[in-house]
Amino acid sequence: MTEDSYAIEVTDLTVAYRDKPVLWDVDLQAPPGILMAIVGPNGAGKTTLLKAILGLVRPAAGQVLIYGASYAQQRHLVGYVPQRGSVDWDFPTTALDVVTMGRYGSLGWIRRPGKPERQQALDALEKVHMLPYADRQISQLSGGQQQRVFLARALVQNAQIYFMDEPFQGVDATTERAIVALLQELRAAGKTVLVVHHDLQTVPEYFDWVTLLNVRRIASGPVAEAFTDNNLRLAYGGRVAFLRDSASTNGAEVHLPVPVQER
Amino acid sequence: MDLGQILYDLLFDYTLRTVALGASILGLVSGALGAFAVLRRQSLLGDAISHAALPGVVLAFLITRTKLPLVLMVGAAIAGWLATLWMMSIIKNTRIKEDGALGLVLSVFFGFGLMLLTFTQRLPDSRQAGLDHFLFGQAAALLAGDVIAMAALGGLALLLLGLFWKEFKLLSFDREFGASLGFPMGKLDILLTTLLVVAIVIGLQAVGVVLMSAMLVAPAAAARQWTDRLGIMVLLSSLFGVLAGVTGAVISSIGRGFSTGPTVVLCAGAIVFFSMLFAPNRGLIWNWARQRRNRRQLHMESVLRDLYFMAGQHADPDHAHSLQALRAVSAGRGGVQVSLQALEHKGMVRHTGSDQWALTPAGAVEAQRLLHEFE
Repeated sequence: MTEDSYAIEVTDLTVAYRDKPVLWDVDLQAPPGILMAIVGPNGAGKTTLLKAILGLVRPAAGQVLIYGASYAQQRHLVGYVPQRGSVDWDFPTTALDVVTMGRYGSLGWIRRPGKPERQQALDALEKVHMLPYADRQISQLSGGQQQRVFLARALVQNAQIYFMDEPFQGVDATTERAIVALLQELRAAGKTVLVVHHDLQTVPEYFDWVTLLNVRRIASGPVAEAFTDNNLRLAYGGRVAFLRDSASTNGAEVHLPVPVQER
Repeated sequence: MDLGQILYDLLFDYTLRTVALGASILGLVSGALGAFAVLRRQSLLGDAISHAALPGVVLAFLITRTKLPLVLMVGAAIAGWLATLWMMSIIKNTRIKEDGALGLVLSVFFGFGLMLLTFTQRLPDSRQAGLDHFLFGQAAALLAGDVIAMAALGGLALLLLGLFWKEFKLLSFDREFGASLGFPMGKLDILLTTLLVVAIVIGLQAVGVVLMSAMLVAPAAAARQWTDRLGIMVLLSSLFGVLAGVTGAVISSIGRGFSTGPTVVLCAGAIVFFSMLFAPNRGLIWNWARQRRNRRQLHMESVLRDLYFMAGQHADPDHAHSLQALRAVSAGRGGVQVSLQALEHKGMVRHTGSDQWALTPAGAVEAQRLLHEFE
């Protein structure tokens, strides 16, 4: 694999709020067509990493390349799903309208969305099984439905790379399954997806690559290589106990990290 | 004065027509931009800006020695704008939070403005007369020139709002997503805040610095009650702004000694009060009625289920039960008789004798459906 073929390439990325480093010298390479989970304890800088890649946070140092060029040049290749809690869901707007916002970038300045944008938004809503809710005011949607609206908004961006910030946070089982199916669909279409994820248990099931982060990058690579006891311990310190599931007999060893209550 | 006379004067009386036009423009612009301010949780920013505009007005007069509306408005806008920037930099660079920064900037600028105002009033220059109208507003003092200046500035603000509608919506709903799309959200924020400053400035002479923020907040809060669409909310907010502005300004210019600011604010308050009570879905009365309806529905269903269970204990499904028995099973919940009568009206139970009630076949089907729903 040549260097240019990485979908995302982050080099020496350092971000600090005031004097406190939030990310320290992080390197990350993601080849195209993978589902990568970004995991780490609270305050590890997972969201900051996403925001720094997207240019929402100014890094103190380091470089981010999307398909070999800067984010500003490759913006049209990128879709973003922010944390659901980052917006006011009582805003007077409908699900369809929120999804249409995903087209604003390609519309450019001043031009208003028209019929084609509306149709694309409806198609995206259909994909996340939210078509019947298109005209609902967004506060009347459940948490899982709101999350799916956000996913649909990213889908209409028609991107090559997707960044998702905790899409599984506080959603019901139906939505979780729908999101997983969607992730697999995206991978099958050759897209690259980076997901900030909290549930260590589901990492091997949902993702094929993983990055363990705790201010520094602890490990990054295919799940089988990077998602090891040792790396998890390095990322989470003493706060995770590991139960070796000796009952697992299907070849691959399964490690189930269990979060321990913090004192 | 009767209504016909007022309408006649609105069209043909110079003063009243000027006042009404001015108030309409200010209501239109402040309503539209107030909607965005409220949605972005910046209602108090408007208050700070309008208070902070006072020293700008007085300084503009002291420097130019004219009371040309455009000159005073530019002075007010510069002061309001500086105050906003100062506030933003306090929030960004110190540990002082938003409310603290607002209070600080508001009182410092307003205090300075009051000081300048009293100083100016002692000047031997008679041209300063009327500057104090900027405190509580004096719609009756509006001249054609004022209204033209208001219309020019307000029209420009509304034009820009319409032009960047999509961008401002993005800024108000999901700023970071907008930034990820490549829109310069910081600049859009400054532009929208500047438009807010414009909206405030054109209303100052009529409504006054003290109460101008009500013209931003009240129409928007009332409009939010009636709709869940941004576009409609902004239109309604403008409409309410015009309504409050015109009513208040006309009342104050007819009655003697009513400052326009307080009168307009009372009109806006009445619109808010009405909207809070009567708006469908969000209004208090609507909510109360819906709760009552739900409660009644639930009660009716529970009586129907009780009857169904009791009928199941007899071989004869038509077996009637007394009201007393039903009251006993419903465990102290009142209103059994009311519910029975409502059910009878729907054909689900029938009255078989004095205080004896039985399920009809339709009632039995409904009760079964309800039970399945619960399982």
